[in-house]
Amino acid sequence: MSTANTVNPPVVFTQDELGWVSWIDPLPEPDLTERHFAGLVDRARAKSEYFRLLVRDPEVLEARTKTDKDIFYNVADGLPRAERELAAAATSRYNGCIYCASVHARFASTYSRRREDVQRLLDEGIKADLGERWNAVVKASVALAATPIAFGPNNIEELRRAGLDDAEIVDVINGASFFNWANRLMLSLGEPSK
Amino acid sequence: MSTKDIIDTLAGIESGSALDGIRARRLQARENAQKSYLSLFEPIDASDFSLAERAAVAAFVVGLHGESPVAAFYREKLSASAGGAALWDAIKAEIAHGKTSGPYGAFPAGPLSVENAAGLIYRVSAAGKSVLGAKLAAALEHAHLLVFRPRDAASSDMKTLQAAGWSDTGIVTFSQLVAFLSFQVRVVTGLRVLGASFGRTTNAAAGA
Repeated sequence: MSTANTVNPPVVFTQDELGWVSWIDPLPEPDLTERHFAGLVDRARAKSEYFRLLVRDPEVLEARTKTDKDIFYNVADGLPRAERELAAAATSRYNGCIYCASVHARFASTYSRRREDVQRLLDEGIKADLGERWNAVVKASVALAATPIAFGPNNIEELRRAGLDDAEIVDVINGASFFNWANRLMLSLGEPSK
Repeated sequence: MSTKDIIDTLAGIESGSALDGIRARRLQARENAQKSYLSLFEPIDASDFSLAERAAVAAFVVGLHGESPVAAFYREKLSASAGGAALWDAIKAEIAHGKTSGPYGAFPAGPLSVENAAGLIYRVSAAGKSVLGAKLAAALEHAHLLVFRPRDAASSDMKTLQAAGWSDTGIVTFSQLVAFLSFQVRVVTGLRVLGASFGRTTNAAAGA
């Protein structure tokens, strides 16, 4: 299935759009049943190799997708979308997921209009100085991603000093934690391609 | 407003508390984190990845993150699963054998190579392998990679799992389980730290 000879893996973190190639067989599109479409949530995801791979377990994919969407897209209240995306990008940068970082760095740039700062996170890494508020979000995300988990009272204090309220801090925790899920799937079931 | 779910239980969040109220604002995420847990641990089809195998991998993965109410919960889940109690001693030994700090690993060769960090390449002990069998031993080795050095993952790891008896669907569910636990243990930890900062007492969920 995997067209190994045509994969052109990126060797740096980038905000460019990347493809993703599965290492094991996704389900063929004609084999998808209504159970699978329920798992995909959006029918258009049947076009994606990644989602047709994960839909081998439709119930888990459906629950994962709905968790993801609410954590990132429900902006009725709480942390601005840009900073949820920053948490995702920082987590991905630290764990080393070039694909995930590319997608969420782009979103962070789009919603914050701070493309150059986002690029510095990608180029310089998690120590890049992005100002107090973003530094606090990046540092909290990185502390959560470490194993053993290094997130502690100091992270909460820094986020509060940077102006985040408790609900916004929960959005950081959810967004960063979710990318410890997403990174591990994207990194281990296939690879990015330029 | 809500019934306590597994994250509430493990994070010691009481109904009506401030954190309960905050979690209620992300109701779809809350309900689907719970559905993720249920579809991994109470699946409608466990033919590719048995319940005891799921419990064993889970106890190993959360155990690698250190002692916590989450570790206690999955340890008890393993002990309560059919054939699981017999596996716990071996899993416990493998946790001790596999404990390290991450993330580490290598980037694709190029400018990022300066950030490569070497670390433990965990392999199940001979004694562990004889108790766990080839399929579960391969799962533990891959789970350790996913926990500590996910950027080291390679297509050859898929072949290793397949050779140890894992189907493609089983690999997907197994990968989801490890990745989901990586999420769950972090949400629980984060919410506990935040809750403790309120000065309120969390429900000490010892073995909850």
